[in-house]
Amino acid sequence: MRRSTIRTISIVLFVIITLFYLSPLFLAKEYDEYGDISGIKKPIKFWTSKMLKLGLDLRGGMEINLYVDLSELPRNDHDSAVKAAVEVIQNRIDQFGVAEPMIQRVGDNKIVVQLPGLRDFQRAKDLIGKTALLEFKLVATPEQTSTVINQVDSWLAQNYQKFPYLNVLDYTSGQPENAFEDSLGIDQTAWYNDILSYLTNAQSGRMSVSYEYKQDLRRLLNDPLFEGAVPPGYQLLLEKENSMAPREDVPVYLLIANAELTGTYLTNAETRFGGKGDFGGQNKSYVNLRFNREGSRIFERITGQNIRRNLAIVLDDVVYMAPTIQDRIRGGEAQITGNFTLQECNDLVIVLKAGNLPAPVSIGEERIVGPSLGSDSINNGMKAGIIGLVLVMICLVLYYKLAGMIANLALCMNTAFVLAALTFFEATLTLPGIAGLILTLGFAVDANVLIFERIKEEMKSKTIKNAIETGYARALVTIVDSNLTSLIVAIVLYQFGSGSVRGFAVTLFIGLVASFFTAIVVTKAIFDKMVAGKNIEKLSI
Amino acid sequence: MNIFPNPNFDFMNKRIAFYFVSAIIIFVGLVAIIASGGLKYNVDFEGGLSLELAPITVAGNSLTVTQIRETLNKNGFSDAEIQELPNSHSFLIKAKSEGGIGDNIIRTLKEEYPDHTATDTFIRAQDEVGPRAGADLRAKAVNAVLISLLFILIYIWVRFRFTWGFIAAFGLFHDVMITLVVLHFMKMEIGMTILAALLTVVGYSINNTIVIFDRIRENMKLYRKEDDNQLVNRSINDTLNRTVMMTLTTLLVNLSLLTFGGPVIFDFAFTFMVGVIAGTYSSIWVVTGIVLDTIMALKKKKAIAVKSKK
Repeated sequence: MRRSTIRTISIVLFVIITLFYLSPLFLAKEYDEYGDISGIKKPIKFWTSKMLKLGLDLRGGMEINLYVDLSELPRNDHDSAVKAAVEVIQNRIDQFGVAEPMIQRVGDNKIVVQLPGLRDFQRAKDLIGKTALLEFKLVATPEQTSTVINQVDSWLAQNYQKFPYLNVLDYTSGQPENAFEDSLGIDQTAWYNDILSYLTNAQSGRMSVSYEYKQDLRRLLNDPLFEGAVPPGYQLLLEKENSMAPREDVPVYLLIANAELTGTYLTNAETRFGGKGDFGGQNKSYVNLRFNREGSRIFERITGQNIRRNLAIVLDDVVYMAPTIQDRIRGGEAQITGNFTLQECNDLVIVLKAGNLPAPVSIGEERIVGPSLGSDSINNGMKAGIIGLVLVMICLVLYYKLAGMIANLALCMNTAFVLAALTFFEATLTLPGIAGLILTLGFAVDANVLIFERIKEEMKSKTIKNAIETGYARALVTIVDSNLTSLIVAIVLYQFGSGSVRGFAVTLFIGLVASFFTAIVVTKAIFDKMVAGKNIEKLSI
Repeated sequence: MNIFPNPNFDFMNKRIAFYFVSAIIIFVGLVAIIASGGLKYNVDFEGGLSLELAPITVAGNSLTVTQIRETLNKNGFSDAEIQELPNSHSFLIKAKSEGGIGDNIIRTLKEEYPDHTATDTFIRAQDEVGPRAGADLRAKAVNAVLISLLFILIYIWVRFRFTWGFIAAFGLFHDVMITLVVLHFMKMEIGMTILAALLTVVGYSINNTIVIFDRIRENMKLYRKEDDNQLVNRSINDTLNRTVMMTLTTLLVNLSLLTFGGPVIFDFAFTFMVGVIAGTYSSIWVVTGIVLDTIMALKKKKAIAVKSKK
């Protein structure tokens, strides 16, 4: 293939990629209740589900860096202590319902939590900073459950107007849909009599909630207005979602609210492998618990009194498991057995340990950007960037005339490509990122200026065509050297920087690569087209 | 069109004088910095609280700084510094961080003015960094600067010469120092944003240096007979139009950032502007000057060696 063909293809690709990832930004945005961009409208979703994400500093939100204090722990336990802390935080943030939360372990003992778009800072902080609570609670008997469900149903029948967000009510808009009515055989006039039963699919004392109603049920259970609906002494809780199968039904439990035992009585939890025959063979893994002396006594009493019933393991109001009590357990050591994979056992151990966090977690750094400051920053940043860019473009056209216009085209392509690439890599645009973008435009200008100055110099002694060739060839060396050193700076920044500085580094890196391409390949192609086959005597440069 | 059609300035003539200028600025700056107890860091590197609040209106009037100060004093936050930000009537509250002081201040304000602080939207920004996290970030920042200097040194060593790499790295260090000195005299506090700007200065300034180095290397092949002083001058003059054009466009963008960018970008743009000026100056008079000195010193040494062999 000829070199010019490759060049044409690469330029076309460059433009297509840019348009592909940038178009959602202009074509189809969805807005959330605060008027923030929340996603992409359906018609465009088929081609890309990605859209340029704005960093916390631009759209508002909260970032908290937590430090796990490992100083009191032996080395071997460090890893599991941090994992337990991450699990606790993850768990709580899942309950909070933020759109794109990020919880990341950084280094040995630091946990970074980012909650973009969050408005309710105080509540989030209270939630994250709370001590984890692991409890063992008895599951109510099927008879108790049925009774309580009936009571809640009749309470809701009186008060359903208070919860307008419930989907069941929504789409019936006061009148039940036929399908809904038919499937449950509910009387048309009293469709609101069985709201909880309907939401939780209640049958003979067992409950589970489908994907469709999960959020509604959660919101209902956390709603202060719902307080008092469940009879005192009982508690309705959901089981932990299976992150591998998010659309699966989630079991719902009615628990005896009074905790029989808490995590503080637990001294150890670990995964073990079969060996005792009754645990289903050699390769089965199970979880072994050990309680302290007082815990052992309480545990013996509970297990003795409640054989055949289920005891739920609850962490921060989320049920992780509700194993059946097989026998009275003496001696303070218990096994949780079942058809578990090793992974499942390890996860359960993390949960059990989290309830008695051995290592205190403290907030080392917290950054909040309110929505008003965020939008100010976007507006200012955009305004400053665009005015700066236009000034430079005017300058280039005045000084380099036609060649300046070519350079300007390259500049525009460069800007668009950086934004498209950020979208592709699902990186976020931060305020320092905008600074990085502006800087790379500087580099793009520099590359063009180097080339043009060189062409001017060469024109003194060569034909136009030759001057362009040598001008590009000579300037290339310098551009490579200067871009590579800047790339080094970008990589070092990425490695050693944190948060927003990383955003700067990523933008700088992409921008440098793009400016290299636009300056060397794109503008050269245009010049070549201009002088091809003609004997030009004057170049507007 | 050319800014300088055929530039032929003798840049290297006064280089020794410029060495002194640089040395004096850095020396005086360092003394001033040390005398005033070191560089001033913001919450990012020092730890503490920086809380920006939107104006709180009670009965049609915005609360004044004095009113907020009274409220905070009354509730035991007498150490907090409060200032009104220009233009926006927002407040900036600064304090030493003592485990959640920001939350306590917000809670107090919510209790005092419940009707006007019902939602958290009156919080424009809250940065609270514990002392340990601050020290952590500071160490990382110093590492980032030093390691990028080291890598640049290695790159230029490979592409040019070891001494040139060393001199270039020294030049960058010079630019960062001068910028820090100016920031200190402007009473600006150093944080993450300014760090990003400093590293941008490093990336920009090395660009200038490399353009000149490249030209010196090229001219060394083209004009073998030429006197070193003349050759270096020629190289700077050859690239002068580029240097001026580049500095001009960069400062133009910077001007726009300074004017329209708002407070957060202002710090970045100001630091970058100082750095660009320092970097352009140093790449011509300091870095290239020292390179000329080493080239001449090397030749002298060789000449002496040749003589002594005879």
